[in-house]
Amino acid sequence: MSTPDAEPQPVLELRGLDVRYGTVPAVRNVDLQVRRGEIVGLIGPNGAGKSTTLHAIVGAVPASGGEIILNGASILGRPPERIVRMGVGLVPEGRRVFAELTVEENLRLGLAGRRTKDGAQEALEAVDELFPVLREARKRQAGLLSGGQQQQLAIGRALVAEPELLLLDEPSLGLAPSVVDTVFDTLRAIRERGLTILLVEQRAQRTVAFADRTYVLANGELRMTLVPEDANDTKRMVAAYFGS
Amino acid sequence: MTLASTTTQLQTLLDATALGSIYGLMAIGIGLVFGVLRLVNFAYGQLIMAGAYALALTQDAPIVASIALCFAVVLGLSLAMEFAAFRPLRRASPTTMLVATFAISYLLQSIALVRFGAIGKIVVVIPGLTQPVTIGGLHVRWITIVTILLAAGVFAALSLFLTRTSIGLQMRAASMDSQTARLLGVRANAVITVAVLVSGAIAAIVAVILPMAVPERILVTPDYGLRETIIVLVGVVVGGIDRLLSATLGGFAMGFVVGALSGFLPSSGSWPFTSSVYLDSAVFLLVILVLLLRPEGLFARSRRSAVERV
Repeated sequence: MSTPDAEPQPVLELRGLDVRYGTVPAVRNVDLQVRRGEIVGLIGPNGAGKSTTLHAIVGAVPASGGEIILNGASILGRPPERIVRMGVGLVPEGRRVFAELTVEENLRLGLAGRRTKDGAQEALEAVDELFPVLREARKRQAGLLSGGQQQQLAIGRALVAEPELLLLDEPSLGLAPSVVDTVFDTLRAIRERGLTILLVEQRAQRTVAFADRTYVLANGELRMTLVPEDANDTKRMVAAYFGS
Repeated sequence: MTLASTTTQLQTLLDATALGSIYGLMAIGIGLVFGVLRLVNFAYGQLIMAGAYALALTQDAPIVASIALCFAVVLGLSLAMEFAAFRPLRRASPTTMLVATFAISYLLQSIALVRFGAIGKIVVVIPGLTQPVTIGGLHVRWITIVTILLAAGVFAALSLFLTRTSIGLQMRAASMDSQTARLLGVRANAVITVAVLVSGAIAAIVAVILPMAVPERILVTPDYGLRETIIVLVGVVVGGIDRLLSATLGGFAMGFVVGALSGFLPSSGSWPFTSSVYLDSAVFLLVILVLLLRPEGLFARSRRSAVERV
């Protein structure tokens, strides 16, 4: 990733984010930045607060403290549909495609998140180009696709909105190992288009190697930040998960 | 079987189909709002009541103006329900919302009682439609034919709306998984408002045809539409409330069964052998049987085992 001379304004910035479920803290005082064109990973064990962090960013769960800033403006307290229309796309955990709708209808639904009405057709064609398998399955019910194809559909559905920032919540979860390769190939293709990505994953080593920077979350708190070179440093990876 | 009895039976079946069509329309109206809000609108009958009063109070006005006023009143009341009750209760439990619609229903009935009194007002929108026409020996009222065609037309138009337009697609998505729909940028409030308005428009259509299609419904009273709403709600559950098509078929089936039983069961004789006495018992006995045999709904898709695709 090329870094401009002057530090650019981050696309997304979390400042001291707190999220609670009742009285139970799920995310505590998290500071995080995602700059334009970056791919930032967020890893950690189950229950670390990764998905909660994403849900707080898109307004699906309320933050109990701190700030969520998108392009310099606070988006705290805004409803999910508003945040999505401000340029934040989400590929949710478990794909959550509309099983009874066709592939084409699922993709058309993604257009709801566009910031402008112009260019919708071009956006659909771009997704066709990125995922030829979806073009062939256009009229099929989404529920009949394989898990990997459904994941591609979920990513394509988010991409037709042409978001400025794409949030991915465990895109490889529940997929067969061979299909996980396809998903990471897809992410690589998206990366080449210069999209800004915040990727939540369980596959630590793979994510650290893939992302420009990876935050490690444990018990709702940021434990450390890793760079691609750390992916082959077993000690550092173990420390990231189990503490040094 | 004599020709005369065959003709009578066919007429009964046609009348039953017309009643089923009206109940089917009401089921669409109730099912649409349930789909996007998970709200069972018990006050749906009072939308029909308000529309029928609008028609009854403008009997001397031109038909088009009277019907236009009926639509305006019902749509206005639908929006008022959405903004004054449904929207403030968006995050409330389904039980709270259901109880709220009970309150709205009884509030509107009370207002009608105070304003118009308990004595009903006669409403006939288009008198010519209640006249019979003879088709191959069958004496059918025009309104029977119009009701069936109108219901089919509304269903076809709604199907096109739900499948061919963006807002229709968003409505279907929101009724399947509203949280995910919102995460894609679907504006929940806009979709819900459209659903409430379409549902209201259907209530207005029912208000126009019900007094003509069902002779005993010519008199508009404060509890007008309440009995139909209860039967349709049962029909919607019997058909399968989770899908608009199954809910609609459930409503249609209830209307058809009520119409057919009231025609075929003996109506003469002393208690308990008059259909007016045991009609409801016979209908609800069938409902109990259906719910025992297919609790997920008569027309609901059989639940396939959930398989996580990898």
